[in-house]
This record gives sequence, C-alpha cells and structure tokens, in this order.
Amino acid sequence: MVWFKRSKHNISPDSKKLDMPDGQWIKCESCSEIIHNKQLELNHWVCLKCNYHFRIGSKEYINLLFDKGTFRETDKKMKSGDPLKFEDTKKYNERINSTIKKSDLMDAVKTGTGKIKNQKVSFACMDFKFIGGSMGSVVGEKIARAIDRGYKEKIPVIVISQSGGARMMEGAFSLMQMAKTSARLARLAEAKLPFISVMTDPTTGGVTASYSMLGDINIAEPNALIGFAGPRVIKQTIGKDLPKGFQRSEFLQEKGFLDFIVDRKDLRDKIALLIEYFADEK
Amino acid sequence: MAKNNTLDFEKPIYELESKIEEMRQYEGDLDIKDEISKLESKVFSLKKSIFDNLTRWQRVQLARHPERPYTLDYINMMTTDFIELHGDRHYGDDKAIVGGLAKLDGQKVMIIGHQKGRDTKSNVYRNFGMPNPEGYRKALRLMKLAEKFNIPVITLLDTPGAFPGLEAEERGQAEAIAKNLFEMSKLRVPIIIVIIGEGASGGALGIGVGDRILMLENTWYSVISPESCSSILWRSWDYKEQAAEALKLTAPDLLEQKIIDRIIPEPLGGAHKNYNQIADTLKSILLEELADLMKIKPDKLVQNRLEKFGAMGVFEE
Ligand SMILES: [Zn+2]
Repeated sequence: MVWFKRSKHNISPDSKKLDMPDGQWIKCESCSEIIHNKQLELNHWVCLKCNYHFRIGSKEYINLLFDKGTFRETDKKMKSGDPLKFEDTKKYNERINSTIKKSDLMDAVKTGTGKIKNQKVSFACMDFKFIGGSMGSVVGEKIARAIDRGYKEKIPVIVISQSGGARMMEGAFSLMQMAKTSARLARLAEAKLPFISVMTDPTTGGVTASYSMLGDINIAEPNALIGFAGPRVIKQTIGKDLPKGFQRSEFLQEKGFLDFIVDRKDLRDKIALLIEYFADEK
Repeated sequence: MAKNNTLDFEKPIYELESKIEEMRQYEGDLDIKDEISKLESKVFSLKKSIFDNLTRWQRVQLARHPERPYTLDYINMMTTDFIELHGDRHYGDDKAIVGGLAKLDGQKVMIIGHQKGRDTKSNVYRNFGMPNPEGYRKALRLMKLAEKFNIPVITLLDTPGAFPGLEAEERGQAEAIAKNLFEMSKLRVPIIIVIIGEGASGGALGIGVGDRILMLENTWYSVISPESCSSILWRSWDYKEQAAEALKLTAPDLLEQKIIDRIIPEPLGGAHKNYNQIADTLKSILLEELADLMKIKPDKLVQNRLEKFGAMGVFEE
C-alpha cells in the first residue's frame, strides 16, 4: 500500500501547488515519479504510476463532475464578517482579505447547482487552500443554503469536504455551524431527498463531526485523512505512534463509516448512478 | 475551601479571610469586634470588585474549578426519583456521560450530562469528562426514549472535549457527534441545554442542540479551548489568556453573540461557593423555561429550533 508513505506532507496547505504554468514537471509526493503537468491534469491530478490523489480545489471538482456549461455558482459574494474582531498574530479580517487575494476564492466553500449526466443537483465543494478549508459562518451558511436549495427544488445534494475543521477565529459562531448544517440535513432527510457526502484529503474536526458524516452515502477518495481529532493530538494523548493507515479512507471503510472509496476518475459516474438509484420514479 | 484550590486572582480574598480568622481567636480577650466587621465588609467589597471584573481567562479557571458542582450533583440536588440509565446498546457504557429519568418538582424529565471526576481515581473512571462515541450514542438513545414517551430533555454540558483517542476514532467519534446534531435538531420534545462548566467544541455540542441554551455565569463555550487555540495560532502554549480574550467565550459574550438565551447567576465567588443556592436557581429557571416550551406543538418546536441555529453566524453579502 504505497499511499500510506507520505503521512507527513498532507497537512500543509501550500504543499501541493497546482497552479503551475504549462510545461511544468511535477514530482509525485508519494512515489516521486516525475509527471508532466498536462498529463496529470488529463488524469484528474492522480499519479499515473501509484494512484496518489493530488489535492485539487472546487474549480477542478466542478469541471470534473458537471456537464459542460451547466454549473451556476450561488452566493458568490458571501464574505466572512469578523464578529469577534479576532486577532492572534494577525488580524482575522486581514487574514481573510489576503487569503481572498491569494486564493481567488471568497471563502472555503463554493456552492451552486448544475447537471451531472443531465440530472440537476445542488452542490457544495470545499477548498483546503482557504484557511485550511476551515468552517466559519460563511461555510456553514453556504452549505445550509445548498441543502435548502436541494430541499426546495427537490434535487439531490452533494457536498465535497476538504477541511481541517471549524474556524477558530469565529469562536462559538463556527461551532454552531455544525448544528446549523446538521439541522438542515435532517429536514432534507425528512423530505426523502438524497445527500451524498464525498470526503477528500483531509476531512477532520467539526466538518467531519457534522455534515460530512451524515451522507445517505458516505464516499471518500483513496487515502484521504478522515477523522475527528487530528493525528497529532491523538498521538499526544496516547503517547504512542499511530498505526499505519490510521484515519485513512481505507481504515474508515474497514471500521464501517464509509460506503465505498472511489478513484477520482470514477467519481462522476458513481455519483450519477447513485442519483439515478435514488430518483423518484413516480 | 481547601487552600490548594485557591485560584491566583482569589489570593487577596483568602489573605484577608485568614487574617479575620486569626483575629477571631483573640476576640474574647480584646475588643476588636469593630475591626473584624470592618474587615469583613472589606472582604465583601473586595470579592465583589474581583468577581465583577473577571477576565475571560479567570472565568475559564472558575469553569474548571475542581470543587464546582457536576452533573450528578445537580441531579441529586434538583431532582427526585432519579433512575440512571446505562449503555448505548451497541458497545458499552460511557462513564463520561450520565443520564436518566428524573423528576423536577414532579415534572418528568430526561436529564443527561457530561460527568467529571473529583479526584484522580474518579477522574480516570470518568475519563475527565471526555466522552467516547458510546457516550454520545447513549445520550441519543435516552433522548429518543424521552421522545417516545413525550418527556422533555435537559442536558448539562461540562467537558474539556470529546476524547481524542485511538479507539474513539475507530468507533466513529465524528459520526457519533454528527448523528446527535442531526437527531437532536428534529427531536419532537423540548430540549434545554445548560452549560454548567466547560463547553469545549464538538464534544460539548454533541449533546448541545436544543430550544433554550442557558449558561451559568462562570462557564465557557467555544469552538476550541484557549490552550489549544494558543498552541495552534500562536504556536505556543503561553498565550492562553490572549486566546481566551480573542475567542470571546464567556456567558456575557455568548449572550451578546445571541448564541445563548440566558445567563444563570452564580453565588458570589462561583457556583462551588454555595451548592444549594445554584441548584435552586437553576431548578427554578429550568421549570420556568420548561413550562414555556411545553406549550409549543412538536412541529413548531422543531421548526423554531431549525431557525434558531439557522440564525447563528455573521457574514456579508
Ligand atoms: Zn505516484
């Protein structure tokens, strides 16, 4: 299992830069294979040799999943407030503004509707590169609205998670987003509308402990880190090294928390098929 | 109060109090009654000025005070006919969350809460109030039971966090908490949440979705503890005071943020200074809130709850 090797690298948000110019060669972080940029893109940023899934963002997932030209972004301009006037080594509002500039994203989630193999869905996809994909008020609200869009339009909801957890800089507001999104999912479920949760590397903390784990179907990409507590904290608690593969997708499937693991190249087909299964035939 | 449980900021109070104690020994011989009563009123005003101006970190310290009443203390003091119900029916019985049926002035309730220990031995037994997945699943089982028999639910929150252990992850800590948020949001009986000590993150929220959220005066509730926040954002454990300030995690803060509904006043010096007083206060407030909530039809109750949490958050658009 070659993909268990790279455990140290997958936390840093800057470790996987994909915005490289054409003609760049990229080294696989797992097997060190040198791969051409274009070739990697054609393979959905999955290593041709070892199947290592490079981290990609919402833009790439939208291109991967949706029928061409069908995706319409919603709540495009929603921006984080700074309810606590939070300041650590940096002011939160400065952190937000500089991250917006750097990442070309407004916050750690993009939402919208579009068609997957001609079936309309409400969609949300997180971006780890925006403050570690952390969930504050904007992420919570946009996810909640994406769920509501599914509820109102009677269409399936799909969320791709990629997050270090709740965003500290919004304190209790961030925490309450867990309850907000879960409550909306409960209403969606009462209406018998499907929710498919896709977990990618990493999905941890308050995001895992709310909507990510609440799918009618829980899916993950191979070897994604998925858990409640982070590996570093657990290691500190138990005072021992963690077993190989701990908190990885394969481990979670083995323990009964994932329906299946899906290679990125099959994600669109699998989601489309699930939607077809859950569609109301009446 | 045992001297070794004295918090730093309380020291001036204890110094004065021990002085009074000393003087009392000579009271028979000398005419120092006036002196003593002068000092006593000085103690009172000192206490008042200290406790009226607590920093956020000081409140965190009070929330963790080892003599503070815990869930089982409140159950013993506030309720009658308590029957503790054990186990999640899947894996085991988590000692860090306790719960059962009880009567509050005759009113049937399902009361559930985090449970800390008071000494090393009981803390090990209670896992320092840090639940494993089966604790959340036990809590959910009890809540569903309450729903079935139309009994309102009260939860008491007091945890330094869900247990970050190997087995907790294996058994699905995240799934257990998520499932509780999902189920509690649509439970068709009233739920009252009370933060009685520490409300640390998802480990607290895992039994914290309800119709009324009340906080005792000297408690904290946030997405992360000040220490962990310090270690992540300042990359050092030394900024816990600053982190506590930045997180705005006290009862007055959360009331201002409109996340909680009400602050429950504590006896001067903290809840541990007068168990009966805090239990009486909490009990009467719970009865008052319950009476209001029980008039609301289940559909409306669930709708209100959805809107309550839906309104939490600050953003621009
Ligand atoms: Zn490779």
